[in-house]
Amino acid sequence: MQYGVLTKGTVVFMSHKSFVWLCLLPLAVVTTAFFLLPMARLVVVGAEGPQGLAGYLAILTEPRYRATLINTIVLAAATTVVTLIIATVAGMFLQRHRFPGRAVLIAMLTFPLAFPGVVVGFLIILLAGRQGLIGDLSNRLFGEKIVFAYSIYGLFLGYLYFSIPRVILTIMAAVQKLDVGLEEAARSLGASPWAVQRDVVLPALGPAFVASGAIAFATAMGAFGTAFTLATNIDVLPMLIYTEFTLAANFATSAALSVGLGFIAWAILALARSFSGGTVAAAG
Amino acid sequence: MNVIGDHGASVRVETCGKTFVDGTRALEPATLDIARGETLVLLGPSGCGKTTMLRIIAGLELPDVGGKVLFDGKDMTSVPIEKRNVGMVFQSYALFPNMTVADNIGYGLKIRGVGKHERASRVAELVALTNITGLENRRITQLSGGQRQRVALARAVAIRPGILLLDEPLTALDAALRDRLRGELNRLLRALGITTIYVTHDQAEAMELGDRVVVMQKGVIAQVGTPREIYFEPNSRFVAEFIGAANIIEAPVENGQLLLPGGRQPIGGDANLTTAVAMIRPETIGIVAAGSAPLSGTIDSVSFIGDRQRMIIGGASSKIIAVDAPNTITAKAGERVGLLIAPDAVRLLPPGN
Amino acid sequence: MRDRLIFTGQLLFTLTVAAFLVVPAILSISAGVTVNYFRGISSGVTLQWVFQVWDLYAGTILLSFVIAFATLAVTLLVGVPAAYALHTHGGRWSRIVEEVITLPIAIPGLAIALALILTYGGFGEFRRSWLFILTGHVIFTMPFMVRSVMAVFSTVDIKTLDEGAASLGASPVRRFLGVIVPNAVPGILAGALMVVTLSLGEFNLTWMLHTPSTKTLPIGLADSYASMRLEVASAYTLIFFVMIIPLLVAMQMFADREQGR
Ligand SMILES: Nc1ncnc2c1ncn2[C@@H]1O[C@H](COP(=O)(O)OP(=O)(O)OP(=O)(O)O)[C@@H](O)[C@H]1O
Ligand SMILES: [Mg+2]
Repeated sequence: MQYGVLTKGTVVFMSHKSFVWLCLLPLAVVTTAFFLLPMARLVVVGAEGPQGLAGYLAILTEPRYRATLINTIVLAAATTVVTLIIATVAGMFLQRHRFPGRAVLIAMLTFPLAFPGVVVGFLIILLAGRQGLIGDLSNRLFGEKIVFAYSIYGLFLGYLYFSIPRVILTIMAAVQKLDVGLEEAARSLGASPWAVQRDVVLPALGPAFVASGAIAFATAMGAFGTAFTLATNIDVLPMLIYTEFTLAANFATSAALSVGLGFIAWAILALARSFSGGTVAAAG
Repeated sequence: MNVIGDHGASVRVETCGKTFVDGTRALEPATLDIARGETLVLLGPSGCGKTTMLRIIAGLELPDVGGKVLFDGKDMTSVPIEKRNVGMVFQSYALFPNMTVADNIGYGLKIRGVGKHERASRVAELVALTNITGLENRRITQLSGGQRQRVALARAVAIRPGILLLDEPLTALDAALRDRLRGELNRLLRALGITTIYVTHDQAEAMELGDRVVVMQKGVIAQVGTPREIYFEPNSRFVAEFIGAANIIEAPVENGQLLLPGGRQPIGGDANLTTAVAMIRPETIGIVAAGSAPLSGTIDSVSFIGDRQRMIIGGASSKIIAVDAPNTITAKAGERVGLLIAPDAVRLLPPGN
Repeated sequence: MRDRLIFTGQLLFTLTVAAFLVVPAILSISAGVTVNYFRGISSGVTLQWVFQVWDLYAGTILLSFVIAFATLAVTLLVGVPAAYALHTHGGRWSRIVEEVITLPIAIPGLAIALALILTYGGFGEFRRSWLFILTGHVIFTMPFMVRSVMAVFSTVDIKTLDEGAASLGASPVRRFLGVIVPNAVPGILAGALMVVTLSLGEFNLTWMLHTPSTKTLPIGLADSYASMRLEVASAYTLIFFVMIIPLLVAMQMFADREQGR
C-alpha cells in the first residue's frame, strides 16, 4: 500500500484508524450473526406461508388478527395515557416539594423498574386474583368477591405497574430541568396556577411526554410476560404470536405478526424521537 | 389608554425580613418607601439580599412574620403575585420558549381577557416602543440577548403594571450593549412613569437610572439616598468603597487638621475630634507643585486612562492615595508633588467597620 | 390554605400510587413466609416454602447467574470497544450502527426470540445449550452497555486524552486500556448494573429460547406461578426480590450520584 511510505505521523494515524475498526469488529459480528441475520430470516419466513407475501396483510385483513391488533393498540394507548397522567401528577409533586419521607416515597415508586413481566403478572394476581387482596376486601365489605386479574383490566393494571416507574423517572428529570423563572414570569403577568400549568409547564414537559409515552406504548405493545402469567381469555398480539407459534406451529403467521409488532413498536419510538428531537418546535 | 402615562403605585415595605427554611437569614427587617413614579435602585454586592427584597415586593416570597408590603397604602402581603399587577423582568428574561415574540408580549393581556384586536394593537405599540419591529413572529430562540431583553421589558410593561420590577436586566449582556441599553432603558422608564424597582450590582447603572439608590450589605440597608448623596456623603466605609473609588484615611486630628506623614490636611466638622476616618474621592484631589499645598507626597506610578490619569501617591498618608488628575498634567513617577484638597471634599465617616 | 389543600391532595395521590406498587410486593413477600396464605399470617411464619423452592429451583437460580455474568462479560468485551469506536469515528455511519444495535430495545423480545429460533433452531447442540439463551440476552442488553459508555465519552473529552497519550508515544491498544477504559469506568459500571439486572429478570426472550434443561429464574417463576401453590410461588418471588432489589438500589444510587455531580 502506498500509504506506508508516508511520514511517521501518518502511519500512527492509520494504525489508530484500523484500531478503531478493530474495536467495532466484534460488535459487527455479534449483531450481524445474532440480530440482523435472524431478523432477515424472520422477514423471509413471514412470507413463506400459504399466502406468500400477503401473509403480512393478514394482520389487517383477517378479522381475528385485526381485532387482536386493535385490542393491543387500545390497551397500550390507554396504558400510556393513564401512566402519563399519574406520573406527571406524582413526579411534579415529588420534584417540587421537600418533606420527610420523600426519598422513601421515590424509592417506592421506582423500585419495580426492572421487574420482569411475569412477576408483575403474579403481583396483579395477588392484588386482584381469586385469592387477591381486592377480592378479599370486597368480600368482607360487600359480600361479593371482585376478581378482575384475568381480564383485560388485570392486564391494564399490570401494564400500569411496570410503566409508572419508568415514566415517573423521566418526568421527574424533566421537571427538575424546568426553569422556575418561567412560571414566576407567567404568574407576574397574572396567570392563575392553572394557566401556568397549561401555558408554561405542560408545553415545556412536551418532549418528555412524547419520549416516555412512546417507550411506555412500545413496551406495552410487546409485553408478553404479564399477559402470559394472567393467561386466561386475553387476546393481545404477543399472546397471539406465542400461541400461533407453539400451539399451532404456524411459523409463517407468527413470523409475519412478529414483524408487524416489531415494526409498530419501532415506528412509534422513531416517530417520537423525531418529534422530541426538535424540542422547542414540538413544544409549540 | 396610552402606553405612556402615569400609572404607578406607591410602595411601602414595612419591617420586612426574610429567613429561608434552611435558616439562611437573607434580609434583616427593613423598611422602605417608594414614591409613585419613582425609580428606586437596589444596589449591593452578590448575596446581599437584593433579589430577596425584590421577590418580597413581587409576592414571590413571603416576608417573615411582622413584615408587610403595601401598595398605595393597601396591605398586599398575602396577595399572590398574579393578583398584584406587577411587571417583572428577570435576569434570565424567562421568556416563554413555546410562544412567539408577539405571543410573549401579549400573554399578560390574554390572561386578562383582552380581546384579540386590542391585544394586537397594544403589542404593536410596545414593539415599536422597545425597538423590536419586525421580530414579532420570531421564536425566542431566534433572538439575540439584547432583543430578548427588550421583549422581556415589553412583556412586563404590556400589562400596565402599577410597579415594574427588574432584577439585573442587563447583567447577561456584553459591556457595550449594556451601556447602550442602559440609556434606552432610562429614557423608557422616565417616559413610562411607572414606579420602578431596579436591582443591580453595577454602581454605574444605579447612578444613571436611580432617582434614589438603596445600598445593601449582608441583608442590611446600609444607606438610602440620591446618587449624589450616596456618592458624596456616604455614611459608612462600606458605602464609600462600594460606590466609586475612595481613599479612606484613618489618622489623628489636631485643631481640625488630619496629622499625616506628608503634612496636615484641614478638615471640616467637629473641632474637638482627636481621630478621624476620612474619605476623599480621587477626583477631588488637585496635583500642584510641592510646597504649594499643606500636604505632599511622591508619585509612585501614573496610569494614563485617556480622559484622565490615575496617580498613585506614596508618603502622604500611611497608605497610598489615589488621585484622578486631568490628562493635561505631565508628572512622572518619583516626582514630589503637593496634594490640594478642599476641606469640604473630606468626608468624615463613622469609625469602625 | 389553598396551597395546603393542593399539597395534601397531591400527597395522597402519590401515596396511593406508591401503595399500588408496593402493596402487591409486600403481599407476595408475606405470602412466601406464611404457613397458609388462605388463613393468613396468623397460621404462622415459616421458611419451609423458601427451602422447598431452593430444592426445586436452585438450578434455575444458578443458571440465571451464569447467564447474567456471561452476558456481562460479552457486553463488556464487545460493547466497550465498540462504544469507543462509535464515539471516535462519529458521523452518520456511527449513528446508523447505534440505531441498529438499539433496535432490540424497541422490538419485542418475542420477535427476536422467534427470529433466533427460526435461524439457529436447527443447530441442535447450540439450541439445547444455555449459550442459545446467552445470545438473546447479549443482543437485548448490548445497547444499554454501549449507550451508557458512550454517554460518559461525550462528557469527558476522550479525544484530547487520546491525543495526549498518543503524543507521549503510547500505542492505540495501550491508550485504550490505560487511558480510555479507566476514564469510562462510571459508564461501564452503570452499564454493567443495567445488564446484570436486565439479564436476571429477562423473560420475553428467554421463555421462547429455553429448553427443559436450560431454565432460568424467571422461567422457573412462570413455571411455579402456573403449577405450584401460592406460597411456593411467593417464596420464589421473594428470592427473586432479594436478588434483584440490591441491584436496583445500587443503580438508583449510581444515578443519584451522577446527577449530583
Ligand atoms: N431559596 C433560598 N433558600 C435559601 N437561601 C437563599 C434562597 N434564596 C436566596 N438565598 C440566600 O439569601 C442570600 C441573599 O440572596 P439574594 O438572592 O437576595 O442575593 P442577591 O443580592 O440578589 O445576590 P446576586 O447579586 O448574586 O443576585 C444569599 O446568601 C442566598 O444564598
Ligand atoms: Mg440576585
